[in-house]
Amino acid sequence: MIVVNKVNKSFADKQVLHNINITFEKGKVNLVIGRSGSGKTVLMKCLIGLLTPSEGSIYYGNRDFHHLTFSDQKALRNEMGVVFQGSALFDSLTIEENLMFPLNMLTKQSFKEKLDRVNYCLHRVDLYNTNKLYPSELSGGMKKRAAIARAIAINPQYLFCDEPNSGLDPKTSLIIDELITGITHEFSMTTVVNTHDLNSVITIGETISFIKDGVLGWYGTKDEVLRTENEGLNDFIYAQPITQKIRDFVH
Amino acid sequence: MYSMGIGSLIIVMIVSVCMGSVITLQTALQQAESSWIPAWTIGYTVRTSVILELCPTIISLLLVGNLGSRITAEIGSMKVTEQVDALEVMGINSASYLVLPKIVSSLFVNPALIIISIFFALMGGYITVLASGFITGYDYIDGITYYFIMYDVWYALTKTVVFGFVIASVAAFYGYKIEGGALELGKASTKGVVVASFIILILNLVITNVMLN
Repeated sequence: MIVVNKVNKSFADKQVLHNINITFEKGKVNLVIGRSGSGKTVLMKCLIGLLTPSEGSIYYGNRDFHHLTFSDQKALRNEMGVVFQGSALFDSLTIEENLMFPLNMLTKQSFKEKLDRVNYCLHRVDLYNTNKLYPSELSGGMKKRAAIARAIAINPQYLFCDEPNSGLDPKTSLIIDELITGITHEFSMTTVVNTHDLNSVITIGETISFIKDGVLGWYGTKDEVLRTENEGLNDFIYAQPITQKIRDFVH
Repeated sequence: MYSMGIGSLIIVMIVSVCMGSVITLQTALQQAESSWIPAWTIGYTVRTSVILELCPTIISLLLVGNLGSRITAEIGSMKVTEQVDALEVMGINSASYLVLPKIVSSLFVNPALIIISIFFALMGGYITVLASGFITGYDYIDGITYYFIMYDVWYALTKTVVFGFVIASVAAFYGYKIEGGALELGKASTKGVVVASFIILILNLVITNVMLN
């Protein structure tokens, strides 16, 4: 479980996050939704330690991440897997080397053990015969799956995905969503997903946090999101004609 | 180290041969006007110019454009595409992981390339005197070996080690501090080359003043 407690984040004079309080539950896919520029990515960067909150705390279990010693922070980072928006696979390494990279850096496994783990993770995300390919030789969806495979290679307790469906076609988005949900339940991870993909919201959002202008505007589940009276969330959810038809159908 | 060295080798060899040829021709043309200057002076002048100034400085400026812009682009594109963030999230100090090997490589690669450059510049001069017939090959070799001072080589190598550090560190700095996209990447590469070139020229003046004055 991850608890975000009264987190504020400012850049110079501009405050991006305002008193955010969220609990991301273990074994569930926790979505953070909101418009572009609402502060989702800043919140995620605070969660994974790329940014430090100006005020407040982020607890992983009972560990206050930003007040840990350097070595304890490093140990906690070994429990995190991150899927970046652009996949962030290392261009100069093959897919196999990309997956082996965190294992080389963070574990003392033998080469055979690491190779077995790499192959297991690649098969888990349905990537076959891609070990020796470079990221530039993969499609967008395959890159995302490879990035997920790299993120789970170290068997993390916490999985973070920043807009995993951006730039993907609807079918591939579904596959990625199913994959994230499946992995989360299978390994009982605490998964946090930044998204503004409405299909993800209504299919995989076991908890949903809606951020508007850096403020937590709404918190609930996928079953509640379509029936909410929250004006800001409704503006976000029903911005498109297709979702307006869903609203008419639901009501 | 391999990619940094081998990747620049061909251009360094070509520029060095041309540089040696030109300085030989210019010296020979000057000397031709005064028949009382000994023939070996051409080789002596070429050797001194090449070792003391031309190869360490000109080739380092060339490497700023070649190696430096490559380092800026490589680190910068990793920054832009969140690969640096991916390293940080894994608990890896991205600065030391990405930058340090490049600086250490440059400290070894730059002097090696300059030594090769000096050899090829002198070879270029030799080919030129043979082809032009201004002096004999024997006179040229006599000149490049005449009153040879080892300190000149140490001076040249000192400069190249310092310049190697400047090339890699300035380029890495500009690559590492990129925020934004492809446009920023281009600007950072250009700025890195300009700043590193300027620093090299200033340090050249300082080191020359300290070591030869």
